Amino acid sequence: MSETHEGVHRHPAPTGFIRKYIFSIDHKVIGIQYIMLALAAVVVGMLMSLLMRLQLSWPGTDWPILGTLFPTGAPNGVMNPEFYLSLVTMHGTIMVFFVLTTAPQGGFGNYFLPIQIGAEDMAFPYLNMLSFWVTLVGFIVILMAIFVEGNQGIGEWFATLGPSFAGGSGTVGPIGGWTGYAPLSALGKIAGPGQGGGMNLWIISIAIFCVGSLLGALNFITTLLNMRTKGMTLMRMPLTCWAWFTTAVLALLSFPVLLGGGILLLLDRVANTSFFIPGGLYVSGLLSGSNPNFPLHTGGSPILWQHLFWFFGHPEVYIAILPGMGATSHILATFARKPVFGYRAMVFAIFAIGLLGFFVWGHHMFISGMSPYSAIAFSVLTLSIGVPSAVKTFNWLGTLWGGRIRFTTAMLFALGFVSLFVAGGITGLILGQSSLDLPMHDTYIVTAHFHLVMGVASIFGMFAATYFWFPKMFGRFMSESLGRIHFWITFAGVYAIFMPMHVMGLMGMPRRFSQFTEYNFLVNSSGLVKLVTVAAIITIAVQFVFYFNVFWSMFKGERAGENPWEATTLEWNTPSPPPHDNFAGVLPVVHHGPYEFAVPGAPRDYVMQTDVDVEVPSGNGHNGKH
Amino acid sequence: MGRVLAVIIWIITLLSVLLFFNKKWWLPEAISDHAPALDRQFLITILVVGISFAAAQIALGYAVWKFRDTGKAGDRAVYTHGSNRLEVLWTVITAFVFIALGVMGQSVWAALRLHDAPPGSYTVEVVAQQFQWNFHYAGADGKFGRTDPSLIDDGSLNFIGLDAEDAASRDDAVTAALAIPVNRPVELRLRSKDVIHNFWVPQLRFKQDLVPGMEIKVNFTANKVGKYELACAELCGQLHFKMKSYMLVLPEDELTALQALPQEQFQARMGELLNKYQLPQY
Repeated sequence: MSETHEGVHRHPAPTGFIRKYIFSIDHKVIGIQYIMLALAAVVVGMLMSLLMRLQLSWPGTDWPILGTLFPTGAPNGVMNPEFYLSLVTMHGTIMVFFVLTTAPQGGFGNYFLPIQIGAEDMAFPYLNMLSFWVTLVGFIVILMAIFVEGNQGIGEWFATLGPSFAGGSGTVGPIGGWTGYAPLSALGKIAGPGQGGGMNLWIISIAIFCVGSLLGALNFITTLLNMRTKGMTLMRMPLTCWAWFTTAVLALLSFPVLLGGGILLLLDRVANTSFFIPGGLYVSGLLSGSNPNFPLHTGGSPILWQHLFWFFGHPEVYIAILPGMGATSHILATFARKPVFGYRAMVFAIFAIGLLGFFVWGHHMFISGMSPYSAIAFSVLTLSIGVPSAVKTFNWLGTLWGGRIRFTTAMLFALGFVSLFVAGGITGLILGQSSLDLPMHDTYIVTAHFHLVMGVASIFGMFAATYFWFPKMFGRFMSESLGRIHFWITFAGVYAIFMPMHVMGLMGMPRRFSQFTEYNFLVNSSGLVKLVTVAAIITIAVQFVFYFNVFWSMFKGERAGENPWEATTLEWNTPSPPPHDNFAGVLPVVHHGPYEFAVPGAPRDYVMQTDVDVEVPSGNGHNGKH
Repeated sequence: MGRVLAVIIWIITLLSVLLFFNKKWWLPEAISDHAPALDRQFLITILVVGISFAAAQIALGYAVWKFRDTGKAGDRAVYTHGSNRLEVLWTVITAFVFIALGVMGQSVWAALRLHDAPPGSYTVEVVAQQFQWNFHYAGADGKFGRTDPSLIDDGSLNFIGLDAEDAASRDDAVTAALAIPVNRPVELRLRSKDVIHNFWVPQLRFKQDLVPGMEIKVNFTANKVGKYELACAELCGQLHFKMKSYMLVLPEDELTALQALPQEQFQARMGELLNKYQLPQY
């Protein structure tokens, strides 16, 4: 049923173990490497959040095991505030950079973008390998930041590099939140625990990560624009490809700003520059310039760091979630057995979100002291970004409407994505208003909002992608029964964790407090705080069912054929797993749009993109008419 | 499976909405003149948010309940690629609702943020430092003494670098708690000695960063006498969670009497007032 044409061999399949699985230039292996990195990083980030929950629910409790594991952070088993704050910092940094930016884009994007557009590999395979290894170095450096700050083990060695690399005393990691606001992050050890050498490594790690992401973004953009197979017009691409492409553009334009900002911040710390440090500071009993431990600084702007950070930081939210949106659209259509509703509107919505995403960073800074007039522009632009987001939601519902839904685990997670995206995104209407941000800023309603939308919804997109593409990647299914257990508990669990946080925010509960016992206005929150912790423990526990499922199914899962889900796009046109050059030397030719399900008169309820002898009424498959 | 999912989505939606109907889990009582307008805007917004949230979840539940695959041979989904009319319709409606909300919110913002303090406002300088609040009062002469960072000396309790040589300094007082008059406009001049802090009294319904190197002015009118907690809401280091103080809203005569006292008696009287007033019941 399908027609093909000759491709060009770019590189022969490697034979040695090292070139095949370690320093591989095959985008599929690199994609799996990124996913493995994310799977490792997410365990670290998740366990950190568990420790944070324990502290918030039962502050001052003696946990003997913590005393053994973290002698400086939990002396005698009782967590100290600096330990909690370093957990906040590392949890955020690891999750945002090494999980939400690696798995959706570097992982699944790397693996499936070339296959879905009918290419044999990325445009620059060596660059691709380099971008993964650079990212991995970034991850190793962020882990080292924990130990350097604690002055233990490898930290002792780092301390020999010079005083600015020696850790502070008695902490386990840098303290600054994932946003690293200056001048706290710029002043060095004088500003207290968590501001020593570990903070340098935190900045260096992020700078390295920026480089890795830039290399990856260049590769994605070039590959998508130049290497589509015959017949794969832009408007015949799966929505996943549109999402990965837009994400790559966002990364290309935003990471350089963070990289530049990070370098300036590092210079403030190690070269006594004053980009972000104003004059006349008096810190820990010392006046700037009065003491060799606190050299003279003058003329810097703390708010400049916030502008640089959030110019990156807001697009980063979309970098995390756009690939999940793409995967969700793709999976909803496949298991509703129905074309994506409003494909063209979906493409425009992705673009609109990406574009507007660059003009709204100021909504993180309404209370920062920037001009109140600029807040007006940022606020109205922020609310307008809700429009394309709502358009996507309507179209997802439209895709389901009149469908014949098959409830695979992948589909359950994609449906969960829609539910959570709405739940998390809709509160942006509150936080995006500069007036309402006055009481809501930096309270738990913000924590709830961004965890639901950029954290949990994105992760649900990735869970859906994992269950959906696993048979293609490993030639075996994941266990559906374990998958369902994973879904039900996680879905209910994340709501139980993050919904109560909204009302904590209404009470006024600030983020980044290591305990809430100091304030009377938080007395009514203690029951909810404990409820959240219990839900978090259960939800975290069930993630290990997922881990077991992944690794068990790789070897023992039921075998999957070429197109087990009866799907339409090009990745289902090649064996599972695909050969080294994806299509065994013969590239597919595309004749149809990506989501031709339920075509009247077609022999099956799906028409693959390569099918030649099938009439599709709307011609090229992207007709918007009804 | 579809029906189970639908029911679970609906239950979650119901429980989520119910969370917001408990008065103990709501905004604390507001005590500033600008707060009612802000609270009204919040109520309108959260209604729109709640209705949109519930409507989307109910629709999602309905879709998975109704449109499941029955497994009947030859039974296919509806073949459609979408509807431009619907796209235009829901784009226009959401754009109208969202942007209208945004514009309405701006009038509250403008009323609060785009005006200087009116003449005759009671002015206090706020100087934050790691884990401590300092409040600088002008004293009976209504003039703030000169301050200079090079004069700061925490060891001798000159936390804000007040210049003792300056004549205007003589009747100034510096305390660790904030006292302001009721029903009279107040201007706070916010500064920080070291890192960024944030001024947060939930009952006042606003937050403002204190940024080193800048003096940021905010003004408001408190309208209920009492004692309220003041928290720092911007991560400032190790003991951020207990960088705490109190704000006393006092009857004008009580404040005037306080203001007339010399520095040492001012401190003592402030202590008495902090004991006299009770925190609100939560």
